[in-house]
Amino acid sequence: MQIKINGEIEKIAETNLTITRLLEIKKVESPDLVSVLLNDEIVDRAHYETIKISDNDTVEFLYFMGGGAG
Amino acid sequence: MIDFTNEQLKRYSRHILLQDVGVEGQIKLCEAKVLIIGAGGLGAPVALYLAAAGIGTLGILDHDRVEISNLQRQVVHFTKDINVSKVTSAKEKMLAINPDLTVRTYQEMLCADNVRDIIRGYDFIVEGTDNFPTKFLVNDACIMEKIPFSHGGILRFTGQTMTVLPGRTACYRCFFRQPPPPDAVPTCSQAGVLGAIAGMLGTIQATETLKFITGVGEPLGGTLLSFDAKTMHFRKVKLQKQKNCPVCGESPTITELTDAEQSVCVL
Repeated sequence: MQIKINGEIEKIAETNLTITRLLEIKKVESPDLVSVLLNDEIVDRAHYETIKISDNDTVEFLYFMGGGAG
Repeated sequence: MIDFTNEQLKRYSRHILLQDVGVEGQIKLCEAKVLIIGAGGLGAPVALYLAAAGIGTLGILDHDRVEISNLQRQVVHFTKDINVSKVTSAKEKMLAINPDLTVRTYQEMLCADNVRDIIRGYDFIVEGTDNFPTKFLVNDACIMEKIPFSHGGILRFTGQTMTVLPGRTACYRCFFRQPPPPDAVPTCSQAGVLGAIAGMLGTIQATETLKFITGVGEPLGGTLLSFDAKTMHFRKVKLQKQKNCPVCGESPTITELTDAEQSVCVL
């Protein structure tokens, strides 16, 4: 299927694609540190293993960035 | 209504020349009250530019003292300031740039007990802290007090910022529901940061502040701007206000501030 990840169109050769699986495929090391936006909606972390990504979906990985003062 | 002296007209002439700002916009800046939370990498350029811009009342909060490892990026502090409190050091430079300002210093840590009293009365808040509990605390307190703010975060070669207009745009918690597990996210003190990244992001936050006060342009309301300086790739992601947001949603579950989540109040 074809999905848009962080603005880039990518082909993923899987049909039963969950958020968890996509995080694995994209080699996101610490999923705890990523907020996932699926078609402009924030996905509840508890649903990462059940929510399915479909053809032409838009996914954004938003990373926590904490620095500033220090 | 402010009557500018000749000296002030000269000082602010490059603002006044801007059609979008003009004398009216400069008056708004001179009458504004802005609080900068964190006098570090982000707070430093924000403090310098907002002082130069003539923001009439500037608050600056930080509990820390200047260390030599700060000087690679915290450009408001000088070598002579090592061991001086950051807010004292910052105030000195801000007033050296612009003696017309009122600078209020807060040498303390933010916690659930003091945050609302501190932020109340300010028109805009710039958050440039180095830890997630404080970022969430500032978000929640600003939503409750209905004070707009700019979030900022930097790490290694990257930065992110968004402007939150309470009641109108998505908030930080709409994007990021709760602080990540402690120590799961590397901080600049663990992972490093290119010094100039603090300047890049801090000046974006200062610009957002000036835009908000003068009403010029469109704020980054509910829009997360991220950049990677290695490629100079900038990306904006807009999020609608989330109905199920625990603090700004339709049935908020966070209705008062506690230090349970925000274990930052180490006094």
